[in-house]
Formats: sequence, C-alpha cells, structure tokens
Amino acid sequence: MHIMSSETTPLFEQLGGQAAVEAAVDNFYRKVLVDERVAHFFDDVDMERQRGKQKAFLTMAFGGPHNYTGKDMRTGHARLVAMGLNDSHFDAIVELLGATLKDMGVADNLIGQVAAIAESTRADVLGR
Amino acid sequence: MSSVAYAGRSLELSLGESVLDGLLRSGIPVAHACKAGSCGSCMLRAVGGCVPPRAQVGLKDSWKAQGYFLSCVCVPEADMEVSEAGADTRVTARIMAVDHLSHDVLRVRLQPERNFDYRAGQYLTLIRDTGLARSYSIASLPHESELELHVRLIPGGRMSTWLCEPASVGAQVQLQGPTGECFYVPDREDQPLLLAGTGTGLAPLWGIIQDALRRNHRGPIHLFHGALRMEGLYLREALRALAARYANFTYTAAVLEGTEEPGIFIAPIDAVIASSHPKLNGWRGFICGDPTLVRSLKRKLFLAGIAMGDIYSDAFLPSA
Ligand SMILES: Cc1cc2nc3c(=O)[nH]c(=O)nc-3n(C[C@H](O)[C@H](O)[C@H](O)COP(=O)(O)OP(=O)(O)OC[C@H]3O[C@@H](n4cnc5c(N)ncnc54)[C@H](O)[C@@H]3O)c2cc1C
Ligand code: HEM
Repeated sequence: MHIMSSETTPLFEQLGGQAAVEAAVDNFYRKVLVDERVAHFFDDVDMERQRGKQKAFLTMAFGGPHNYTGKDMRTGHARLVAMGLNDSHFDAIVELLGATLKDMGVADNLIGQVAAIAESTRADVLGR
Repeated sequence: MSSVAYAGRSLELSLGESVLDGLLRSGIPVAHACKAGSCGSCMLRAVGGCVPPRAQVGLKDSWKAQGYFLSCVCVPEADMEVSEAGADTRVTARIMAVDHLSHDVLRVRLQPERNFDYRAGQYLTLIRDTGLARSYSIASLPHESELELHVRLIPGGRMSTWLCEPASVGAQVQLQGPTGECFYVPDREDQPLLLAGTGTGLAPLWGIIQDALRRNHRGPIHLFHGALRMEGLYLREALRALAARYANFTYTAAVLEGTEEPGIFIAPIDAVIASSHPKLNGWRGFICGDPTLVRSLKRKLFLAGIAMGDIYSDAFLPSA
C-alpha cells in the first residue's frame, strides 16, 4: 500500500481539491449572506457571478491553483475598501471560512493552515 | 478602441461601447429588446475578428461555432467585422389565435412554418414585421404543433397591445430562439421540485410542470403562483384539475387582496413559501417572472437550503 505522508501532500489535495471547493461554496456563501457584519459587501444582484468569485476565493484560501497576484487582490478589493472594508470584516470572513470547514469535518490543523493563507493576504485585501 | 465593419461601413466604437450601441448610434437598425444579453434579438454574426466570450454566453454550440454573438453585450477588444444573423436563426410563424386567460393575460397561439425545437420552459423572441422584438416564455410542450405564449397586457405596451388587436390574428411574425436554461432535466426523479412565479411567470412553469409529470417525475412538485388579486390567478381550474389527477402535484396560490379559500392565501408569495417550506435542502427550484421577485426569491430559496446549481430562473426583464 502506498501511504503519502501529510507533509508531502499539498494542503489543497488534503482538503479534497476542487470537489472540496464545490462542497464548501454554497455553505460559505450562505453564511456570508446572513452575517450582518459582512453581508452588505456581497449584495451583488447577480448571485451566480458572486458564487464564481466565492469559488475563486476558496480555491485560493485552500492553497489551490490560481493566478491572482497581490496587486490583483488590491485592485479587486479597492471598491470594498472604499466602502469601509477593515480588519474586523477580514476577521469575520476568516471566521466564517473556519466555520464552513468545521461543518465539513475538516481537522483543526488544516483549518489553521487555511487561515494562515488567508492571513497572508490581509495587507493586500485591505489595501495597506 | 476598436472599429466595427458592417455592410461595407466602418465605425469606431467609443470606450466600453457595445457593438449594438455603436450600430444604433450610426443609424443602422438592429432588432433589440432586453439589452442585457438575455433575449437574443440583437444577435449578429462575426465574419472577422474575435468575439469576446461574454457575448456568446447561453448560445447553442452550433451557433457559437458559426460566430453568432449577442451584440448588446459585445464590447470587442479588437476590430471586428460583423453581418446580419441571417435567416437560419429565425423561423417564420403565423399567429393562429389570441384569447384571454384573464382580464389582462392573453393566450397567443403560433404555428411555426418549420420545426421549432425547444424544451418546455424555454423562451423565444417574437419579432414583428416592424422589427419590434420581445421575449416570451413558452407555455406549450414540444410535441404540440402550436406554440403557446401567455402575454400580460401592459397599457401602452407596444407588443402586448398589438397582440390584443384583432388584426394580429393571422399575422406573420419571426421567432428567434429558443433560449434559456429554465427547464426540467429528467434526472433525480425523486427530488422534490418547487416552482414559483407571479403573473405570467406561470407560463414557463406551466410547461415545466407538465413536462416533469409526463416524464414520470416521482418526487413532490409544488407550484406557488402569486397575483395581486384573485382574477390574476389564471389557469386556476386547470391547475386544480392537474392536482386532482396527480397525487404528487400541489398548487398553492397567493394573492395580496381578497378572501382566503382552500389553497389560496392572502399574503406575499415569499411568505407563503417560507411558511409551508421553512427548509428546502435537497429541493430543485424554478422561479420566473418579475425581475425583483426573481432576485429576492432566488436568495431566499438559496438561504432555505436549495443548492445554487439546483435553482433555475428566468427574470422577465422589461425592454431597455
Ligand atoms: C426572458 C424573458 C421572458 C419573458 N417572458 C414573458 C412572458 O412569458 N409573458 C409576458 O407577459 N412577458 C414576458 N416577458 C416580458 C416581455 O418581453 C415584454 O417586456 C412585455 O411583454 C412588455 O412588452 P410591450 O412591448 O408590451 O411593452 P413596452 O412597449 O416594452 O413597455 C411599455 C411600458 O410599460 C412598461 N413595462 C414593461 N413591462 C412592464 C411590467 N411587467 N410591468 C409594468 N410596466 C411594464 C415599460 O417600462 C414601458 O414604459 C419576458 C421577458 C424576458 C426578458
Ligand atoms: C481573506 C482573504 C481574502 C481573499 C484571499 C480574497 C480573495 C478574493 C478573490 C480571489 C476574489 C475574486 C476576484 C475576481 O476574480 O474578481 C474576491 C472577490 C471579492 N471579495 Fe475577497 N478575499 C478576501 C477577503 C475578503 C473580505 C474580508 C471581504 C469582505 C468582507 C471580501 C469581499 C469580496 C467581494 C465582495 C468580492 C467580489 C468583488 C466584486 O464583485 O467586484 N473579500 N476575493
């Protein structure tokens, strides 16, 4: 039997890859839409398009393949920073992300790694 | 900035301008209605240059391959040469009959000249000889020889008041389409289905329900139809008959004014849905009609537990 150690298996794979993103996106999006701390940032009329962006976000936070640079994160969230996006909103999103993964039965140490990836984008997302 | 060549003329688009807006600005008539990439009436064909993917969303693969695109949402990144969509994307049809389903809903029956393939619940764009184009959902089933539309009569409405005139019967029109993803897919036959719409939002739902029943859908099928007043609940008797015939089909109506009776509630449609189905995990949803209602119901059904991929909807956007 071939056993891969968790040190060599990338985080994205350990979480379940693209299927995990699919499994998480509706749950995460629901949490965001009913959380009054952050819901107003997601009030896009086009839910399908918003959902696509949530998938991009989750893929990135799960350590999956993406082409976003720090500069993209800056420009992508600039509109939101202008709306007042700050650390408290950032923390709320990281919290909802953790809660989503917990619902899916993901182990705490993996949730910690996801939170660390999200954390690494804080300065760019908040435009600092 | 890019230029567009059309019928031997060339025009410069301004920044962010769509091909449709550019052509109209130059006095070139192009049929159009929703200006939101949905009705399909402004379809043109690219004979040179690159079509932005956004301008082909929702088109049939065979049409995409031939370069057809929706000019209202086409903001080219480089020069393009375009031509009319051509007759092969349109079907001539004759208006066979127009009658009233209620005081302000018309049933329009059309006989296409050649085969018009569609799925129950999709919509088509009706184009008059004047070039006036409007989208309507198809309420009939594909095996029927005539197409049936339910058109709400809007005071001063250019298409709907024309359809109401006696002269429209017998007239020739062009049909473009069909378009739309709001139809029944025969899988997961035990999945419960929720259908909701107000006014003529019932048209596609009527087709979808009959389609699902004919394909032996086994799960519960629950229709919610909303109207301002009782007389807006058209097809009420037919729906009650269907409910009597099929044990898995339920019809519930919601009106804002009137007196309550079995199966008819005096409340907004979203409140009626929420009280009969607070949790909708595992359901499939179909929502059609008024754009504001579609948007808010979509969100409510999603929050009640329907997966986004299981929500099908058509918003009846007014013409721009
Ligand atoms: C995908 C799609 C499917 C559609 N399916 C149907 C259908 O099955 N049945 C149906 O009846 N319609 C349907 N519509 C709407 C339809 O295309 C026309 O917009 C509608 O019939 C009005 O056209 P008109 O030419 O009569 O009115 P217009 O001349 O376009 O409008 C006259 C005036 O009425 C206003 N107006 C337009 N719509 C409304 C409204 N709903 N309520 C109040 N005022 C309004 C306009 O702003 C304008 O001021 C659909 C639209 C789309 C995009
Ligand atoms: C935690 C770190 C975050 C990461 C890694 C991240 C990542 C992303 C990505 C990849 C996109 C898609 C961009 C695109 O393709 O257009 C996006 C969009 C978006 N993000 Fe974030 N994001 C983060 C935090 C936040 C926070 C804290 C908020 C608000 C509370 C937020 C709100 C949004 C919104 C509303 C969009 C859509 C923007 C639009 O519609 O224009 N994000 N994010």
